[in-house]
Amino acid sequence: MDELLRDFLTETHESLDVVDVELVQFEREPNNREILAKVFRLVHTIKGTCSFVGLPRLEALAHAAEAVMGRFRDGMPVTADAVSLILSTIDRIKEILEAIEHTAAEPAGADEDLIGALDRMAEGMLMPAAPKAAPAERRDDSPLKAATMRVQVDTIEHLMTMVSELVLTRNQLLDIARRHEDAEFKASLARLSHVTVELQERVMKTRMQPIGNAWSKLPRMVRDLAVELGKEIDLETHGSDTELDRHVLEQIRDPLTHMVRNAADHGIEAPAERRAAGKPARATIWLRAFHEGGNIVIELSDDGRGLNAERIRAQAVAQGLVTEAEAEKLGDAQVHKLIFTRGFSTATAVTSVSGRGVGMDVVQNNIDEIGGTIDVKTQRGRGTSFTIKIPLTLAIVSALIVECQGERFAIPQLAVVEVVKSETDAEHRVEPIHDTRVLRLRDKLLPLESLRTLMQPAPLAPVDAEDGFIVVMDVGGRSFGIVVDQVLHTEEIVVKPLSAKLRHVGLFSGSTILGDGSVILILDPNGAAAAIGLPLETTSITIERAPEAKPETEQLVSLIVFRAGSAEPKAVPVALVTRLEVIDAGAIEHSGGRAVVQYRGGLMPLVSLGTIKREGRQALLVFMDRSRAVGLAVDKIVDIVEERLDIKVASRAPGVLGTAVLGGRATEILDIGHFLPQGFEDWFRRKDMRAEALGRRVLIVDDSAFFRTMLVPVLQAAGYAVATATGGHEALAMVQKDGRFTAIVSDIEMPEMNGFELAETLKGNPRTAHIPLIALSSFDAPATLARAREAGFGAFIAKFDRERLIAALSEPAPDWVEAA
Amino acid sequence: MLAQSDIEYVTVTVGAQTFGLPIGRVRDVFVPERRTRVPLAPAEIAGLINLRGRMVTLIDMRRRLDLAPLDPGARPMAVGVEQRGESYGLIVDAVGEVLQVSAESRDPNPVNLDPCWSRVAAGVHRLDDRLLVVLDVDKVLDVKLDALAA
Repeated sequence: MDELLRDFLTETHESLDVVDVELVQFEREPNNREILAKVFRLVHTIKGTCSFVGLPRLEALAHAAEAVMGRFRDGMPVTADAVSLILSTIDRIKEILEAIEHTAAEPAGADEDLIGALDRMAEGMLMPAAPKAAPAERRDDSPLKAATMRVQVDTIEHLMTMVSELVLTRNQLLDIARRHEDAEFKASLARLSHVTVELQERVMKTRMQPIGNAWSKLPRMVRDLAVELGKEIDLETHGSDTELDRHVLEQIRDPLTHMVRNAADHGIEAPAERRAAGKPARATIWLRAFHEGGNIVIELSDDGRGLNAERIRAQAVAQGLVTEAEAEKLGDAQVHKLIFTRGFSTATAVTSVSGRGVGMDVVQNNIDEIGGTIDVKTQRGRGTSFTIKIPLTLAIVSALIVECQGERFAIPQLAVVEVVKSETDAEHRVEPIHDTRVLRLRDKLLPLESLRTLMQPAPLAPVDAEDGFIVVMDVGGRSFGIVVDQVLHTEEIVVKPLSAKLRHVGLFSGSTILGDGSVILILDPNGAAAAIGLPLETTSITIERAPEAKPETEQLVSLIVFRAGSAEPKAVPVALVTRLEVIDAGAIEHSGGRAVVQYRGGLMPLVSLGTIKREGRQALLVFMDRSRAVGLAVDKIVDIVEERLDIKVASRAPGVLGTAVLGGRATEILDIGHFLPQGFEDWFRRKDMRAEALGRRVLIVDDSAFFRTMLVPVLQAAGYAVATATGGHEALAMVQKDGRFTAIVSDIEMPEMNGFELAETLKGNPRTAHIPLIALSSFDAPATLARAREAGFGAFIAKFDRERLIAALSEPAPDWVEAA
Repeated sequence: MLAQSDIEYVTVTVGAQTFGLPIGRVRDVFVPERRTRVPLAPAEIAGLINLRGRMVTLIDMRRRLDLAPLDPGARPMAVGVEQRGESYGLIVDAVGEVLQVSAESRDPNPVNLDPCWSRVAAGVHRLDDRLLVVLDVDKVLDVKLDALAA
């Protein structure tokens, strides 16, 4: 197909989608001249281009439609019939276009029927004065055109692949760098790392498309449905420009269309019924899209009759999805979720609109596939609202790296609810029922299976769950536990699809290359749920959905909870811990009052809060910095929790930052900075000396005492002298007094003067403008990133991402030399 | 015009037999190190490796040809091929040379050839000193998906 024709097709498709939307609007507001002019211009452009490319059939159709539009423009009344006729014409144009796409030529056929009808309509409306041809319209040359260009999707995809490779190579280099001391190499690497992150973000951005692309056809569809069903329906869309990944967009298109169709067909009542219920005859369907954290949220709501819990209950029983006794016990909210069950349908009559056997379960599946969730809320007689949450992109995901029988696997974080140590004590215990096991977790019972068994289904060896971790997962409301030997760490992984020969292995969804170059498989949470034998029906009933997501401003912190020395639980942020290890206590060597253990080819000193075991198994939290590691011996690793940390800084005992309530229990948050030097006496000193020699001073600005206290040892360990400020004003005062800071690391969300204001003030003052600024935040919406960059921040780092923070700090910039 | 009747093959050895892979299909030759096992995969799948950032699915040619596994100490080689944009590595005992043979010397698969071999072979070349079994790359990659029980 030649270039010209392809361009024409792409452009025409876009124009036609716009015409659809505009015409529906036009029918509602026939007196809106602006819309009319727009529609007319579009049809005219199509006509003009057709004649230029040499497509006579299309040209004739567009010409006839244009004539009718011309009448409207001359002031003839707009009738529903006329709009319907023009819409049919546009449908025919689309058919022909589709054929051209396949054969690169206009298909044979006649359009006399339509052209005749259009001509008659134009004639019938003819005013005595005007048999004139439509004036030629000039095409707008908006300045926007020069700023955009069309790029083949393949090109972007290829670019994305290359960037993924780059990320992997960068990870490998970082891995090598961790094992070597070479400042020069590290500085360049930090720069490379930085550029890579930026590049990755930009390329991901080019893959973003406005969600409006997925729903551009909906206004037309709703309009046609309304006519067909004899209903009056408005479709209101908000946030059409909300952007999301192209792949995700494609996946969401069909479910959305299906749901809007459902809403129009089942949700919305006939005008008479609405009036009888005291509602306006004209119904509304709302479609809203917006960003929330790392997710895009799509809400579809209507003001129709709402879901009928009784009918759903009866239908579910009739279809054998639940027993009558089960149905009785279900609350209404749980009953509403039954509509997502496979095979469920309440449509009493199969209409031409919906009820063709494609149900909400398909919608749920599509959304599951892209790692999204869907929820429904409804009120009888008032309407129904669906909320879909999907991740922004899929190519690079955060994953938990686990180990099973010496092999590592990645589990997408999206599906992971929590990780618990499998034990036989009170709070969560593993209990056998016949030959299966369940996890009693707080007030729930979860099916449990070891990854080992999932991977080797044949020999049913009795698996002991005593020694391992349970990864609790939730897939679309289905919760279950997977037992693994070790939980290693989390990592941003680049998802590589499995080859065609392996795609049928349902347990894995892809593979990835880790920083050390090794390949590991990514566990598919859906596949795991299926392998455990979790049908949607049972679990969606017995297991409550997770509570509503917390507002994004709250800072959730992952903490490892453990016992050491005393009965009170203690915790440290997961981000500070490199690994969890359980070693044989016999391997611990005690010499000169110090305990060490051979670890990764070196000797690792152990420190403890109580005693180090002489026999049995000893659990360790390993803290690693460059080539050095220190193990903190603990009695028992209890849990990994993610909670909003409300810490009371009351450092009564050395090594304790304060106490916070985690999982309902008062828990001591430990100060790792206190323990590390016990392992290596020179842990900080060695680097402090270097820091003084270089004079590298960093100012940390954060209103949270916890974060301040936590960051200080991290940065000290990296060789910086550190000062702290509790807010923007204090930071400014400190910089005014003694501005010799190598860099300022600031929180964004702070009372009184936030991070943006601080940055703007610093950058606005020539005395302080040269100091590099690094923003530290848990809130990474694109708008915030852009705002931070605008305010003058040179880098934006997620709280707890110490590697990137240190990488950003060590990036050499000319200003830095000057400051030093 | 002589070139047209000549075909170039990369020769590989699996067991005692020499095979030929059409040179146009061969992307590279590498040592398949640090393989990652894929649980639940068909037995012919010898795992995944990272080849300079490319994810390569390995096919064990001995398995594919129903031969006994190679000695644990041996260092097999892999021939990289592509199919529909995906990378595969055929694990063979050794990689030989690039051989130019005349198209006329090719015979169809002997009727009594092991069916397992017949499925992946695309004829046999009569060389002076030996027979060269031509491998059809697409058929080699057509690993039975229901081979889970194996």
